Amino acid sequence: MFIKYLANRTGQALLVLWAAFTASFVLLQLLPGDAILIKFLNPELGLGPQEIADIRAAYGADTSVWQQYQHTLLGFLSGNFGYSVQAGVPVSQGLATNLPPTLRLAGLGSAAALLLAVLLAFASQLTRWGWLRSALQSLPSLFISVPVFWLGIMLIQVVSFRLGWIPVINPGKWQGLVLPTLTLAIPIAAPLAQILIRNIDEVLTQPFVAVARAKGATRQWVLWKHVARNAVLPTLTIAGVLFGELLAGAVVTEAVFGLNGLGSLTQQAVGNQDTAVLQAVVVVSATAFVFINLVVDLLYPVFDPRLRSRLGT
Amino acid sequence: MTTTSSTASLGAFTGTAQPTPHRFERAVAAPAAVVVPTVPIPAAPPPRAHSGTWGRRLVQRARRAPISLWLAWGVLALVALWAVAPGAFTSYSATVGVAGQQLQAPSAAHWLGTDALGRDGYARLVFGAVHSLSGAFLAVAVGLVLGTLLGVLAGSIGGWVEDVIMRTVDVLLSVPSLLLSLSIIIILGFGTLNAAVAVGVASVASFARLTRSEVVRVRRSDYVEAAFGSGGRFGAVLWRHVLPNSLTSVIAMAALQFGSAILSISTLGFLGYGAPPPTPEWGLLIAEGRNYISTAWWLTTVPGLVVVAVVLAANRISAALTKGRA
Repeated sequence: MFIKYLANRTGQALLVLWAAFTASFVLLQLLPGDAILIKFLNPELGLGPQEIADIRAAYGADTSVWQQYQHTLLGFLSGNFGYSVQAGVPVSQGLATNLPPTLRLAGLGSAAALLLAVLLAFASQLTRWGWLRSALQSLPSLFISVPVFWLGIMLIQVVSFRLGWIPVINPGKWQGLVLPTLTLAIPIAAPLAQILIRNIDEVLTQPFVAVARAKGATRQWVLWKHVARNAVLPTLTIAGVLFGELLAGAVVTEAVFGLNGLGSLTQQAVGNQDTAVLQAVVVVSATAFVFINLVVDLLYPVFDPRLRSRLGT
Repeated sequence: MTTTSSTASLGAFTGTAQPTPHRFERAVAAPAAVVVPTVPIPAAPPPRAHSGTWGRRLVQRARRAPISLWLAWGVLALVALWAVAPGAFTSYSATVGVAGQQLQAPSAAHWLGTDALGRDGYARLVFGAVHSLSGAFLAVAVGLVLGTLLGVLAGSIGGWVEDVIMRTVDVLLSVPSLLLSLSIIIILGFGTLNAAVAVGVASVASFARLTRSEVVRVRRSDYVEAAFGSGGRFGAVLWRHVLPNSLTSVIAMAALQFGSAILSISTLGFLGYGAPPPTPEWGLLIAEGRNYISTAWWLTTVPGLVVVAVVLAANRISAALTKGRA
């Protein structure tokens, strides 16, 4: 039963991935706006039609659509993402140098976001003052409405220029990551906190909470021992969506703070109409999204025993 | 237990207004941008049936509305007026600067200061409204029309059509919306219009998913069964009963999307893919002010605050539409 479920979910995930690849190929490689022509039709280069045709042949752009599709698909499967026309290097090389800094930023950002969201949700539950509670609970809807790039600029303005806590020029390696991490974390903490607050409110109405309270447990004890696990679990289901937000946030954050990474790579690719790079970024992010969702689906029964019996394992 | 479903739809038909929500409920009312409301709520009455008392009911609802909702409508109305008649709000030009008045702090003459070319900050904000608002409207229109169409087709036809549409939606949802927008922009090129279309296309999938789930929910209800039972044809029932009843939550989502479209368009403008430089688009204003953050805080702070206010207002209204529904 479980094996069947596993195979079913994995098959679905692969199908979505294949479709994402095909859609991005059709959108980015077949439609007009040819990256090769944009670069080499430049009059300053003074290339004749024959030379351009040769360059196109070297990039494999003169073959039929179907051949290009097969070639690109096989390439992606073997980790060869094609050539960046503008930079003149393999796309995989650009990904290899730019992925680690973005992963580090995203890792720090998601950890900070989780911490912020949990603190906010539980603090708003534990506080005894109504005004503080409603103030804390309205914070997420405020943070959701803040443009990420503006938040970053405001943080630089206040923390670096007004308070002078973090130098703008040549901050330490980890010191320089503080503001980008906050910029990335705050907008992602907001939806997380909203869901947590809603889940906690929902779980608090359950009969077992009333039983625990009737037995004499304190509010704090009930919150940590009975409510926390039940409320935190459902937030796992939006991990994939939050990853997408994280990636989009990283693009903007890297632009604001002038950091190197996947975001600046994407920004350059769009600026130069380097479609091969953008397709690689799109496919890599879709892969991560599908993979995260698959892992969450498979891990959910491990964390939640009630689902295990339903699956029959 | 069998009576619950019939009373639910009965309550929906009489259109009883729900009491004003509790203070705490309102505070958390704005739904997360990524979460589609999942709680099934009784369907609203078909709007045409009550057209006679519609005006009076609107007045009643307005009187009962909390102050934050009034504020939200006020913000949107002000910004809409900026977009329609910018000349009525300021006598300065948004694109031509005054020589010798560069980088002035906010004062009586220049309420929100001036930028590096001596252009009035308030004037640029007012004249920029039309770019951000029309862009957001276009984006929501693209998402709403395409998404609703796909959702209704999937939900009402079913079978392989539904499978194909919904799997496509799954694929679209697997790519972060910013990357999807950038993929559209890389093909269409830069510009206000293209940025708006790109943001709109990126929201098609979520509109389609919500519309489909609503159509499927409404199709199973008693009155649609009754309409089919009393001889209604597929198209007629779809148009008269299913569509109006599915639209309420879709409209609420459109309001939410309006806010996030403003955010996305300003982000694309900030990255330099939207309107070209002399245009006073809000995201671009912030991008241009970025070079002066150590000396001229007003250039970046104020446009950002306006964006936040508009997005908050749109989210507040969306929350009221989701909750009220009466």
